[in-house]
Parts: sequence; C-alpha cells; structure tokens
Amino acid sequence: MAALFSKESRQAFTEPLSLNNPVLVQVLGICSALAVTAKLEPAIVMGLSVTVITAFSNVIVSLIRKTIPNRIRIIIQLVVVAALVTIVSMVLKAFAYDVSVQLSVYIGLIITNCILMGRLEAFAMTNGPWQSFLDGIGNGLGYAWILVAVGFVRELLGSGTLLGFQIIPKAAYNAGYVNNGMMTMPAMSMIILGCIIWAHRAYTTKNTK
Amino acid sequence: MKLNTNSNLYTVVYAAVTVVVVAFLLAFVSTALKERSDANVANDTKKQILASLGLRSVADADVQKTWEETIVADLVVGADGEVIQQGKAKDQDGFLIDRSTIKPGATQLPVFVATVDGETKYVLPLNGKGLWGPVWGYLAVNADGKTVYGAYFNHDSETAGLGAEIKAEYFQEQFKGKTLEDAEGNPALTVVKNGKVENPDTQADGISGATLTGNGVAAMLAEGLKLYQPYLHKLNK
Repeated sequence: MAALFSKESRQAFTEPLSLNNPVLVQVLGICSALAVTAKLEPAIVMGLSVTVITAFSNVIVSLIRKTIPNRIRIIIQLVVVAALVTIVSMVLKAFAYDVSVQLSVYIGLIITNCILMGRLEAFAMTNGPWQSFLDGIGNGLGYAWILVAVGFVRELLGSGTLLGFQIIPKAAYNAGYVNNGMMTMPAMSMIILGCIIWAHRAYTTKNTK
Repeated sequence: MKLNTNSNLYTVVYAAVTVVVVAFLLAFVSTALKERSDANVANDTKKQILASLGLRSVADADVQKTWEETIVADLVVGADGEVIQQGKAKDQDGFLIDRSTIKPGATQLPVFVATVDGETKYVLPLNGKGLWGPVWGYLAVNADGKTVYGAYFNHDSETAGLGAEIKAEYFQEQFKGKTLEDAEGNPALTVVKNGKVENPDTQADGISGATLTGNGVAAMLAEGLKLYQPYLHKLNK
C-alpha cells in the first residue's frame, strides 16, 4: 500500500497542478481554453470532463502499453480516447439525459484536446496504471483550474454575472458602469491566459533561483 | 517466446483486432441503450415543444401529463397547406416525422395544435444549420397565423457562451409578439446582427460574437416560414 502514495506517485499528481502545469508551462490545450471560457459554467464542465477522460484513458493505455506496436501507437491512443468518450456519452444519454445534452458540445473538443494525447504519449506509455491515473487526474485538474480562472474573469467582467447569477449590482449600471464586451470575445481569453502565465512564471522563477 | 511488437504482421493484426473490438463494443453499448435513450429523446422533444408555448422547466416526470393537457393534435400538413393526417393520438403522426426532413421540397410537415389558457396556438417545427452543426426550433404562432406566441431554439454544437446562447430564454423571449410577414405577405421574421434592429416588429436582436449562428437562425426562420406559408394563410381565412 505504501507504494500507492510514494514520492513518485505524489509527484505525478502535484507537479501538473503548478510547476509543470499543462497549460501554463507546456502550453497545451489552449484552443479549448479559448472556446469554452466565455462563461464559468461551461469552463467547469469542460475541466471536469477532461479530468475524468484523461485519467481513464491514461489507465487503459497504461494497461495495454506493452502490447501496442510502436508505429501505430498514436492511432491506438486516439482510438482508445474516442471510444471511451463515445461510450461515456452514450451511457449518459440513457441514464442522465440532461448532463449528456450539456456535454454533447464538448465531446469533439475533448477528443482533440492535446493534453490527453500529450499525457498518453509522454506518461501512460511508460508508467504503470496507478501512476498514470494520478497523472491524468493531476493534469486534468491543472487544466481545469486555469479554465475556471479565465472563465471567472471573463464572465464577471464580460457579463457581470457568475454561473448566471448577477454579481455586479444594478446600482453600478445605473451609475454608468458598462459590461466589457471585449471580454466575451475569444481573443480576450488569450490575453488573460497570458497574464496568468506571466504571474506564474514570475513567481516560479523567483522561487527556483 | 517474446513477441516482436514491431513486425508488420503484428501491427496489422493488432490494428484489425482493435478496430473489431472497439466497433463491437460501440455497437453493443449503442443497441443495449437504444430504447432508453430513444425514450429520453422523445421526452426531451416534447419538453422543447412545450417550452415554445411558454411552459418552460417542466419536470421530466410531468412532461407526458402536461403534453396530454396542452397538445390537441400533431397534424401532418402537405406543401399546399392541406391537412393530411389528423394526429388524434397526439404523438403518433406529426411527432414521428424526423426534424431533418423539414426543408424546401418537403411534402409532409408536422404542426402541433395546442390550447393555452383556452386559446388555440400552432407550433411549427423548424430546422436549419448553425455555424458548427444543426440548429432547430419551435415557433408557436397565435390562432390568426400572423404573430408569434413564443419561440424555442436549440443547437447541437454551437460555441458555448456565444452561439449556444440561442438556447437561452432571454434570446427566445424577444420573439414574443413579433409579426411573421411584412405588409406584402412575405416571410419577414428574422435575426439581425447584435444592436442592428431597425424594425422591432419582425427583427430579433442577435447575440454579440455569434453573428454566424444568428444568420443560421435567420435562414432557418425564412426557410421554415416559406414552407408553412400555405398552411398559415389558410388559418387567416
């Protein structure tokens, strides 16, 4: 049991949260960060879905890693991810229809997310299932918190709401406050993301020096 | 014996086996769950039609009951506006027509007749293309066949937060009371670019950052109204 929470295992989980964050440091998964962060809710849904799918596809690929022929490994990884996502969406459609309707928009985005392929190729192909599972969860959450942070800023400043609830009071609008329309544009997510990377770099380089 | 995982034979066999296993798995899951998901889809369609009549957020368990109370018939009308099937069973005629067949040249068009607060309303299903995938909607028309009673729009894969907002209530509510046709009797109800409304009688305000989805909805309205025009004109008389 001790091996389950060994130093390597813990590292596999905690590193992607900050020091080796897939979005901030490896700059992966940027396109979906741009597409779903205009509001907070889709950002949360997307973050959680990617976490779950990365974890389980990591486990599956890790289990069959020794049998995969080297030349078609990327295709096999893609098949695993696509089949997993499709099955999950079919099961949801039968048992939790409302959730599946919400997720249907993201399914294409999940399959093509570079973080998934990146983790499968860089980690699951060379590590055991349990560590791969932790690595998947860690990377998924590392991706999710960035999405949530960007979604938070964009929804608050762009629409004056959070999760659909009005946050900026009516009085502020009466006093001349206007929602920043720029924030609802996809380009703004890049600028916010840039600011987060900047702050993160400044903080981590200062600490490592 | 150690397998050579890099040999051509192994690679080909591995690929073939993977494809067969995955295909079998997907087919199995899909068939096993088909009945349940079909029932969910039918229930959801009813929910959407009721939403166009202003009955939003009906609980899943109450959908069938509300449907029986509100809907009078699911008609099938021809391209000339004549009623082909009476739809007395409420979900066996017009309800079974696939949404994707509602396009120019269609010979069978579903119309849902409903009673809300003692007044007759007609719900017209619409079908069109958004930016990334299909969009569809239900337009509830007043008994005179000239003005909108309510509207519901939905989509498959429009961008969350932008085009996906056509599903939001605030966007759909602005269709209430709008006129379907202009003075010359041409279909005029449409969606324009955000903030460019000139004629509030027939134009709905689009969503900022979602002009292309808005265009898709506008095209769907124009196409759908043209298809249903013969039937709507019969209602006028």
